[in-house]
Amino acid sequence: MRRNLAIVPAFNEVDAIAPTVAAIHEAAPDFDVLVVDDGSTDATPERASRAGAAVLRMPFNLGIGGAMQGGYIYALEQGYEVAVQVDGDGQHDPRHIRDLLEHLHSDPELNMVTGSRFLAASGDGFQSSAARRAGIRIFSAVVSLITRQRVTDPTSGFRMTNRRGIELFARDYPHDYPEVEAILLMHAHRLRSCEIPVLMRPRLTGESAISSTQSVYYMVKVLLAVFVGLFRRRPTVEAPEPATLRTEPAQ
Amino acid sequence: MTKLTLQRGIAIAVTFALLLLVFELVRRKRLSERYAILWLLAAITLFVLAAWKGLLTSLSHDVGISYPPSALFAVAIGLIAMILLHFSLAVSRLSDENKILAQRLALLAQRVEESGESRSPRAGPLAAGAPEAELAETARSQLAAEELSSSR
Repeated sequence: MRRNLAIVPAFNEVDAIAPTVAAIHEAAPDFDVLVVDDGSTDATPERASRAGAAVLRMPFNLGIGGAMQGGYIYALEQGYEVAVQVDGDGQHDPRHIRDLLEHLHSDPELNMVTGSRFLAASGDGFQSSAARRAGIRIFSAVVSLITRQRVTDPTSGFRMTNRRGIELFARDYPHDYPEVEAILLMHAHRLRSCEIPVLMRPRLTGESAISSTQSVYYMVKVLLAVFVGLFRRRPTVEAPEPATLRTEPAQ
Repeated sequence: MTKLTLQRGIAIAVTFALLLLVFELVRRKRLSERYAILWLLAAITLFVLAAWKGLLTSLSHDVGISYPPSALFAVAIGLIAMILLHFSLAVSRLSDENKILAQRLALLAQRVEESGESRSPRAGPLAAGAPEAELAETARSQLAAEELSSSR
């Protein structure tokens, strides 16, 4: 039983899922892999299982937020100390998992480390389309303002959390397009996060989950959630949970 | 004055029909009381306003609506908006609960599958010939034990 878990959300990624799982196993052998199949209609869960991943099969499509939270609940209940999100479509290079882990362990105060594609030397790697970058810049400005900390890539789903982060996300995770809100959720709970540069790749196969009409909804929905979130009371600092409450790893 | 009576007659008939419909749906248990309360409130309010001419006229006069039936519409729209908001709340809650159920189901299914996989090779000859039902039983008891230990 390893202490670290890679959570891979996947929806109809039949061609990309097995290479992704294999790449994680190769680049990060100290990580178990959990594929959260968000109601795929193709053979994604079977391929993932054959590639050696544990598979969480959602009975229907919950959306990325619900699927990811399922992964975090799994991590919590199985007693993992570290969880990293890796997209099932090959955009996230698993070789960066080691960098994320090193960074997370370098500072015991740190609860989350995000891989940012905009911190890398300019123009390196996959940077997404111009319109999408503009949207990301708006989120980046808003999130940086609220958290009083520079956040360059708030929409990056390539992020690693420690046990405190796992506990928080298992209990509360935003619905759709959760990345931006998750950073603010961390901030609201006074958990600390930071970014490190990573290179992202274009998708291996398939379509992006977000079409252009959905992008508009994405912007409006997330900005609304952020705005409303400002009027929520910040929870007071939580005492660390007593050890007896923790679930022991299954045999 | 006949025109006004016709209007009022229709308004009374329609609101009374709404009242009856809601009542009947509750009686047949098609509509649960929880959601019926708002509908009954709306239907009764509209019925009273339609039937009691003086009330509607003085009410609309007080708020400066010169055409009393407009006041009836305004009240109806307000009530309907309330009911819709109530439904949105219900839908939000249901989808939240639905999400939690789906996650729980997926987690349990994964556990059952995993316990089945890890059990059959390890248990050796005894379990190799064991009937399906018995395997399911052991998986259940293992699950129960796990639940017990994790709930403490």
